[in-house]
Amino acid sequence: MRTDGATQRLMFAAALTSVVISALIVFTLFREAWTFVSGLLDTVGLGALIDGGAAPGWYPRNDRFDIITIVAGTLIVSVISVAVAAPLGLGAAIFLSEYASPRLRRWVKPVLEVLAGIPSVVFGFFALRVLGPDLIKPLFGTATNTNLLVTGVAIGILVTPLMASISEDSLRAVPLSLREASTGLGARRSTTVVKVVLPAAVSGIVAALIISVSRAIGETMVAALASGRLGQSPRTFNPTEPGLTMTAAMAQLAQGSDQVVGSGLAFQSLFFVGAVLFLMTLGLNMLAARVVRRLRNQY
Amino acid sequence: MAVSASTVASTRSAVEAALTGGRRDVKGIVFAMLLVLCMLASLLMLTVLLWDVVAQALPVFQKRSTGFLTNELASSPDKAGVSQGIWGSLVIAAFVVVLAFPVGIAAGVYLEEYATPSRLTRFIQLNIRNLAGVPSVVYGILGLVVFVKGFDGVTGGRSVISAGVTLAILVLPIIIITTAESVRAVPSGLREAGYGVGATRWEATRDHVLPYAAPGILTGTMLAVARALGEAAPLLLIGAITGRLATASDQGLLDQLRGKFTAMPVVIYGWANEVNRPGKKTGLTFEQLNSAAIVVLLGLVLVLNIAAIVLRNRFERKRQS
Repeated sequence: MRTDGATQRLMFAAALTSVVISALIVFTLFREAWTFVSGLLDTVGLGALIDGGAAPGWYPRNDRFDIITIVAGTLIVSVISVAVAAPLGLGAAIFLSEYASPRLRRWVKPVLEVLAGIPSVVFGFFALRVLGPDLIKPLFGTATNTNLLVTGVAIGILVTPLMASISEDSLRAVPLSLREASTGLGARRSTTVVKVVLPAAVSGIVAALIISVSRAIGETMVAALASGRLGQSPRTFNPTEPGLTMTAAMAQLAQGSDQVVGSGLAFQSLFFVGAVLFLMTLGLNMLAARVVRRLRNQY
Repeated sequence: MAVSASTVASTRSAVEAALTGGRRDVKGIVFAMLLVLCMLASLLMLTVLLWDVVAQALPVFQKRSTGFLTNELASSPDKAGVSQGIWGSLVIAAFVVVLAFPVGIAAGVYLEEYATPSRLTRFIQLNIRNLAGVPSVVYGILGLVVFVKGFDGVTGGRSVISAGVTLAILVLPIIIITTAESVRAVPSGLREAGYGVGATRWEATRDHVLPYAAPGILTGTMLAVARALGEAAPLLLIGAITGRLATASDQGLLDQLRGKFTAMPVVIYGWANEVNRPGKKTGLTFEQLNSAAIVVLLGLVLVLNIAAIVLRNRFERKRQS
């Protein structure tokens, strides 16, 4: 086979840009995060990262960077959103893959995929306008229209099509012969689904779950609009209260950066939070890839 | 099989009746109902969302007609419009097309057609998969540090150039992955036929592989543009304007590209935070205006998404038959 060096080198360069981009992301994040940490060491000390005061919280303008506040906000929101997205998405996936007629499936699957493309800022506005005042407030008796619970539910709705789509793919990858064998032994369809198909597809479903969590952790616009705090928040572990997620804290820090109040450390904390967020999502994504490799059944 | 569908159905029901003794499978029915509910609930929520937005947006288009599309950002809901947002979003889309398309497609083709299985190749693949999972707000940090601050001489700082380049980088993994997938699906016979008549690897790729993979690649690129149009978080970090934005009319294109900017998703974010007081003349609120802005954004994004998915499904079916 003849080859041609020039085009090959050009295309190799294109593939290498992805490595350059990753290196740039890691380099900028950790360099700036280190600037923040060393700035902390020079001034208020690392103790500012875990607020030990009587009313702890995330107050970057006052050099109080209680990381527990925003990590807790992020975790609460992600747990709620997965609690919404996992049953809905998996249920929809099982229905589409095991029960729906091919015709129905041909219609519903693309609709789900199109809905997965709705920009997240739209969900933020929806949470602010409808979900908060009309659903969550009357249902759970929350004091405010915007809080962590609304944020979690809205992100859950946003992630559901993703969860459904990935789970459906893995359910359909289970060979038909397994279902036929189960039916041949006299199992009901529901038994076949629960005892045969789901265990066979477990790697894909767990991966879908992990990817959904990762997506929920990184979701910014819904949290920035609907979590109920602007730029600062007291520490709270109560989902029905307003709070702050890591992503919302970042977006709001960046927004106020033209008129920085307080020390330069407030703006710099943006990079520290970004680095922590990056590590969390990277860890989850690598875990998802590992789960797929480890648990995948070979047919 | 020479058994007709109706025979299968009647045999099946007869066998089932004999096996279950004619009892109904209550558990199974409840299970199936639950699944239907799950699917309906996920579709219903999204339908309510779309319905609510469209219903709110209608009066805006009735009372303001095209003024809403051609006006600039303003503090009064009687005057505010989305022209600057549309302009910013279109420029960003252009950056994605010009920068991310060629690099992404070339990288995807390289990984499938040229790369030999080596440590470096596996590393690049792993790296791209991980990049695809990085939250968009983190790309915003990259844009802020590298393009807004590092190269501010070229980009003009908090400009639509910085935004366009950042979003082109953000969607690059999507384009690479979808390109690689569609190139992988090309039957190897096509390549071998090319090599057999003495084509170089590039000639075989250009004349045989790429045309066959084109619909899949096109789908990926459309999804990528749609994703870029909807992203707000990186733009907030780069410094898109959420309030009022004055554009001088005598600015050249380059000055405009290097000046302050906004984009549709950022307009929506800004208006979501506005005080909800009706305008004196039209009686419209920013809430309604925002619904109209969402209709405009969804118009752009969903049309691209629908086109991409219809295109993919059509070609998939054609190949199968």
